[in-house]
Amino acid sequence: MSATTQPIKPKIDRSQIMEALIPVLAVITALIAGAIIIMVSQLISANLATGFKGVSSASTKTPWQTLISAYVGLFQGAFGSPRAISETLIATTPYILTGLAVAVGFRGGLFNIGAEGQYYVGSICAVFVGYSFKGLPPFLHITLSMLAGIVGGGLFAAIPGYLKARFGTHEVINTIMLNYIGVKTIDWLVRGPLRDPKASLDQTYYILDSAKLPKLLPWTDLRVHIGIVIALVMVFVINWLLFKTTLGYELRTVGSNPSVARYAGMSVARNFVVTMIISGGLAGMAGAVQQLGMNYTLKAVFATGYGFDSIAVALLAKSNPFGIIPAALLWGALRNGASLMQVRSNMSIDLINIVQALVIMFVAADQMIRWLYHIKTARDTKVVFTRGWGGG
Amino acid sequence: MTLALQMKGITKRFPGVLANDKIDFDLEKGEIHALLGENGAGKTTLMNILYGLYRPDEGHIFLDGKELIIHSPHDAIRSGLGMVHQHFMLVPVMTVTENIVLGVEQTDRLKFLGRLGHLDLNTAREKIRDLSHQYGLDVDPDAYIKDLPVGMQQRVEIIKALYRQAKVLILDEPTAVLTPQEIEDLFKVLHSLTDKGISVIFITHKLKEVLAISDRITVLRNGKVVGSAKPEESTEFTLACSMVGRDVILTVEKESAKPKEVILDVKDLRVDDHRGQSTVCGTSFFVRSGEVLGIAGVQGNGQTELVEALTGLCHVASGKMFLQGNDVTNAGSRQVIQTGVAHIPEDRHEYGMVFGYSIADNLVLCSYYQPPFSQNGFVMDNNAVDENARKLVKEYDIRTPSIYTLGQSLSGGNQQKMVVAREFSRPIRLLIASQPTRGLDVGSIEFIHKRIIEQRDHGVAVLLVSAELDEIMSLSDRIAVMYRGQIIETLDAQDATREGLGLLMAGIRKEKV
Repeated sequence: MSATTQPIKPKIDRSQIMEALIPVLAVITALIAGAIIIMVSQLISANLATGFKGVSSASTKTPWQTLISAYVGLFQGAFGSPRAISETLIATTPYILTGLAVAVGFRGGLFNIGAEGQYYVGSICAVFVGYSFKGLPPFLHITLSMLAGIVGGGLFAAIPGYLKARFGTHEVINTIMLNYIGVKTIDWLVRGPLRDPKASLDQTYYILDSAKLPKLLPWTDLRVHIGIVIALVMVFVINWLLFKTTLGYELRTVGSNPSVARYAGMSVARNFVVTMIISGGLAGMAGAVQQLGMNYTLKAVFATGYGFDSIAVALLAKSNPFGIIPAALLWGALRNGASLMQVRSNMSIDLINIVQALVIMFVAADQMIRWLYHIKTARDTKVVFTRGWGGG
Repeated sequence: MTLALQMKGITKRFPGVLANDKIDFDLEKGEIHALLGENGAGKTTLMNILYGLYRPDEGHIFLDGKELIIHSPHDAIRSGLGMVHQHFMLVPVMTVTENIVLGVEQTDRLKFLGRLGHLDLNTAREKIRDLSHQYGLDVDPDAYIKDLPVGMQQRVEIIKALYRQAKVLILDEPTAVLTPQEIEDLFKVLHSLTDKGISVIFITHKLKEVLAISDRITVLRNGKVVGSAKPEESTEFTLACSMVGRDVILTVEKESAKPKEVILDVKDLRVDDHRGQSTVCGTSFFVRSGEVLGIAGVQGNGQTELVEALTGLCHVASGKMFLQGNDVTNAGSRQVIQTGVAHIPEDRHEYGMVFGYSIADNLVLCSYYQPPFSQNGFVMDNNAVDENARKLVKEYDIRTPSIYTLGQSLSGGNQQKMVVAREFSRPIRLLIASQPTRGLDVGSIEFIHKRIIEQRDHGVAVLLVSAELDEIMSLSDRIAVMYRGQIIETLDAQDATREGLGLLMAGIRKEKV
């Protein structure tokens, strides 16, 4: 052949860098939009207050001052002191693990909305092992309790995985339904068979000291525990699993295109189940870490929302394991900083939820961000809608 | 003659690529002007600029002598440009009329509601009937798109453009999906369009058709116009050479086959579709080492299902298949692959590659779990994966900036080379190549044909399935014709004629003497 071979050199497009910037810009935009909402809400309530003369105790601050005190409060509440940082890290830990859970699902082509239920199942399994196995050395007891959480969450998630693989029923429906089943069943367990009769609230027995996760800084009174280290290690493990093993290769291939996977001789059905087990195992691990490291017991109706927020975390991270860390930290900081923000600015905590919702909105609808900041859609980027929503 | 459209000095740059370099292109009224070029030559970019999908960096567009600024397809349509895409933009569950009026709906009564008023499909239906008669585009306005054959769907696309009063019609690879009969019908339609003063831009890389239909030919290469020609002064050879930029060999040079032992033996194979209808009905054939068995046939006569059955992708209802004597009926694709079968799938986007994977990852799709890519079947050695990619990219001339480039960023020809490279890089005994060059440019076709013959000469048994008669005839040593799920005739390649095969493909069997 006389055709010349082109030189082979790697090339990083400017557009690829911009692509990676989109989540960051989405967060910034959401904070700006949140600021506008705060200002508007302050103006409205100020006007309402002047309507009732003499009762203008509501605020003596201008909207600007309120805005600044709100965001400064949010930041200080999240990072302003060692205690604040410690609490933020505690809040971040389950977000990392559940975020990883949902991200693994996305990579494997499955939309696991059931992280909430898997989190609970993991929690109860871990707590049960944590209080009922007496006389074990701490290392063994912690390991067993963690494993119980992982296995519990994994098996619980295997149900929708198997149903999809065997009957083709959609995992979104099944994981949503199993959330109810899981949460309600555990609620019953905690109020009934597993209830600590001596406790004033509906909750299980406290786990034994040998099952408690050690504190990260035992010489201080900070509550941060080694759960954050476990979560960070899991980021590396999942990254390795996804990108350095045949299992991850199969999982990603099935997730990208099940037809190609079949062509290459992979079992699509088996991979669906495996993906759900890994995903559920991570969510269960999140529950285990939270109960063994923080709560030491499982309370009834203790809705955390971790399982649902994790979808947002995974979206923000674009299902990249390392992207999960900043995304989870953001969520942890928002969650932890919210209370000081509320105290300082005298505003509703719902505003934090609005800012979170805005972040999700801007990340999910990244065309808006592209339009705002004039970022062109990368060439050859195929728009892929979440597969399988309409019987596809 | 007057100019309907003129594009002057069109330049378009993408990061690292000059896609269009000062292109001049014009179109006379009532003319069919073919735009010829390999994949990546800049045809699509040029047409996307014309259709408002891209903005040119430099250059001007004139329509009927007036300069035109096109910001969006909407502008283009309003100015009288109509485009028929290669992949039709139709809603399958809607009728022909509904599809045609989509976006330009007329309403009657309740006028105050504006576009929200009552949909007036009757007027539209009448107008569609008129257009059909006027241009010989017979189609039932009330038929559902999903029930129409591909050729009919294309007519709907053309009517859709005419309904929007298109004066210039852009057809992107219009014949790629049509049967020979449908192609002839399309050509008739195009002539009746040009008779009425409509101008047509015909984008293709099929040389025969260009010579048959066009009034003028413009050839693009690497984003530049390399020549303009009249069909009567050109031959397939001259066009191919100017497209590729060097001499090309249109016929495949090969020595006569030296077939040895039987590799694939298929006995009474039957495949049923999900409704229980047989798509392959009791087919028997064999392929020997060192020969190419070509399966000819109009698309949809069971070839797809046959290949899927052979590669373990669909269930065999009855019958047997043997690979080197081993029964592999319903063995599953993993086992089939491990027995030494390479498969170039018909639909490379659906089956052949993962869009979001790098070239390196795509190249190990069938062997990722084996040494050297994985020593223990679990941990992958990414260095080995990269090494493999570097070797194959060079060996198979895959044009890419890097082995980490995503598969979706490659041109069609390079994607197919990637598939071929992957399949040929394993030790194989049987090659099943399904439409291996569909939609590819001349250079890539030549390359892939050469590689297939190379495999044959190394003793691989080759089963070639193609709807292109030329491809079948130039590559095969024996030709089997498939019709309605059965192989109705198998002949030696030297005994086959175009006409004879054409009749067989239509199901007409000559009495053997």
